[in-house]
Amino acid sequence: MVPTLFGRIQTRLFLLATVGLAVTALIVPVLPGTGDAELADLYRTAVAVLAAVAVLGVAWEFVYHALMQFRWEKDWPTLFGLLTLINEGLLVWALLALEAIPGVAVNPPAAAFWTHFLAVWLAVWLVANGPMRVPFIRWRFRGGRLV
Amino acid sequence: MHSSPPIRGDLTPELLQTSQWTDEQVSAAGIPIHDIPFVTVGGGIGSFVTVDYLRIYGVPTDRMRVLSNIDTPWETYEYLTRVSQIPRPERIRSDSSSRPDNLWGFPSYALEEAWREKRLSHLWQIATEPILNDYWTPRAGTVFRGLEREAKRISYWDMLVKGQVRMVRKRVGGGYFTILTPPDGLSETRRVAFRSQYVHLAVGYPGLKFLPDLQDFRERHRDYTRVVNAYERHEHVYEALKTRPGVVMVRGGGIVASRVLQRLMDDREEFGLQTQIVHIFRTFVTGSHGPNVFMRRKGGHGWAYQGFNYPKSVWGGQLKARMRKLEGEDRKKLYQDIGGTNTPKRRRWQQQMAKGRRENWYHAFQGMVDKVEPGPDGRLISHVRSSNGRIQQYVSDFIIDCTGLEADIAEHRVLADLLQHGGAERNPLGRLEVERHFEVKGTASGDGALYASGAATLGGYFPGVDTFLGLQIAAQEIADDLARRGFCKKMGPFRSTSQWFKWAFNKAV
Ligand SMILES: Cc1cc2nc3c(=O)[nH]c(=O)nc-3n(C[C@H](O)[C@H](O)[C@H](O)COP(=O)(O)OP(=O)(O)OC[C@H]3O[C@@H](n4cnc5c(N)ncnc54)[C@H](O)[C@@H]3O)c2cc1C
Repeated sequence: MVPTLFGRIQTRLFLLATVGLAVTALIVPVLPGTGDAELADLYRTAVAVLAAVAVLGVAWEFVYHALMQFRWEKDWPTLFGLLTLINEGLLVWALLALEAIPGVAVNPPAAAFWTHFLAVWLAVWLVANGPMRVPFIRWRFRGGRLV
Repeated sequence: MHSSPPIRGDLTPELLQTSQWTDEQVSAAGIPIHDIPFVTVGGGIGSFVTVDYLRIYGVPTDRMRVLSNIDTPWETYEYLTRVSQIPRPERIRSDSSSRPDNLWGFPSYALEEAWREKRLSHLWQIATEPILNDYWTPRAGTVFRGLEREAKRISYWDMLVKGQVRMVRKRVGGGYFTILTPPDGLSETRRVAFRSQYVHLAVGYPGLKFLPDLQDFRERHRDYTRVVNAYERHEHVYEALKTRPGVVMVRGGGIVASRVLQRLMDDREEFGLQTQIVHIFRTFVTGSHGPNVFMRRKGGHGWAYQGFNYPKSVWGGQLKARMRKLEGEDRKKLYQDIGGTNTPKRRRWQQQMAKGRRENWYHAFQGMVDKVEPGPDGRLISHVRSSNGRIQQYVSDFIIDCTGLEADIAEHRVLADLLQHGGAERNPLGRLEVERHFEVKGTASGDGALYASGAATLGGYFPGVDTFLGLQIAAQEIADDLARRGFCKKMGPFRSTSQWFKWAFNKAV
């Protein structure tokens, strides 16, 4: 899929709300380094992190869209969709350290945060690069717009 | 048994001159009429992906017919790719998810080849294209195998009717008559008519177009062996070069020129040949080019580089969305900005050409050829004028014209008839003007609709028409429009998923 700006935003929000939540639900109980924190608190924190990725992500999409304008093809290679986990992950991690993300119940240790973040990112990236086209046959021709 | 064509049931002067026919007129001419709601004319990749969509949307085979002069949907494509040096084991141009045998494009060809060959390198390449690697593209053979499987699955051959389509005319009262000339001996009458509410045209390329100076040479000297077009069989050129050293002039800067060069260079390497290559570009690109920093395409050594025949976002991203809104001159301008002959920058080709330049057997020049003449020693002399006005003569043993399949649409009989009698118009690039949903403007007939896809529609609201993915985009628009008209049911996420599983398990639709 070669995205348009609105397509990017819609796809991100949709996939985080579906694939992202599903992966979160599965992975939180087995996250490393969480000690004796309450499971409910861990879930609240994980969902807050997911929400942060979504909200900050909308801003990131504007940045990516602007960068894409320098590309002749106006495309966004698959690899970029993977590598942007670095800048986005670091920003969320920094904001967590500054306690600037609302709704966080326990500040997660690095191992827990990165395991969760990477799992969600990889799953969303994989789904966006293939299986998404199975139910949504018009999505890839509309720059990633669902509506 | 030899049979001469029947004389009964032929077109009458009255029919030829009337733009809209009544049922009585056609019957009176003795032409048998078959009723079928949907016909697609062509039977190549464009027809195939359209009936594939409609079959998957739920249309039964007895409501559709494919009228075609070929037996399999890939026949013409395979011929053109083979002669232009892409045999089955070689890789084609389009990407991994341009799958005419799978409307979802998932699993992509790369996944399929990785699975079949148990090789992860395909996945590495697809994940890192085009940054760390060339675009991954499928083998021609993979494409044909997939098409054959899908054609069987949707019972394609139950819908195929062989013959040459002569014309499509509007019917008084709505819908169309499509006139087919069946192969000799297969019909009692010279023509048969298909009366349908919907018609789809996917007739491919209207014809080969030779460069005028080469056409002139061929006709004047009746020489069809030394001056050849890359879209014709020209294996004899490569064979002759194996028997004695020679000079080949290649003309053109597109992917077919790249392919022909690759063949010449591969043979040089494999058989230790001494072939010299002179390559003439009409437009010689020396580096990145374009109007501004946001519209700059890479290039060099003569070539303009681009992965596919248009920038990637025309098949679904920003450029698709943008072109969809443009009319007339604005549309033409954007076509000019993103158009132009180009070829992918593949690492192997770059290495081969660099070697040729180093070893002084590959020479590329800018120039326009004024004329080609036979030389005193029986070789060919090309008079080439460069942009600074200098005229040079180049001697060669062969000339391979790699410039194109760009004949005017009116050279195709059915399209010419449509322009003359069917109400069709030309778009800003001179081809058939189609709506965003690929209905040909001006051709509506009562509650009937006539659609077109493929090369004949280049210049419309969607630029990537002459590609697998473009033909599928058109097919989807057409299927959705037919759903709006009540011919079939639009496919939503649930039906799509269940149909995908049928595809995956190779179960009939
Ligand atoms: C060398 C080459 C390589 C290409 N590589 C790629 C690629 O890698 N990826 C990609 O996406 N696209 C590629 N294309 C472009 C395009 O996708 C193919 O050409 C594709 O086959 C076009 O499909 P089509 O249905 O428009 O035409 P075709 O597949 O050519 O089918 C049209 C058919 O209609 C038949 N026909 C015409 N008139 C009549 C009539 N009056 N009656 C009956 N039958 C008729 C013709 O015989 C022809 O068989 C390539 C094109 C060429 C020439």
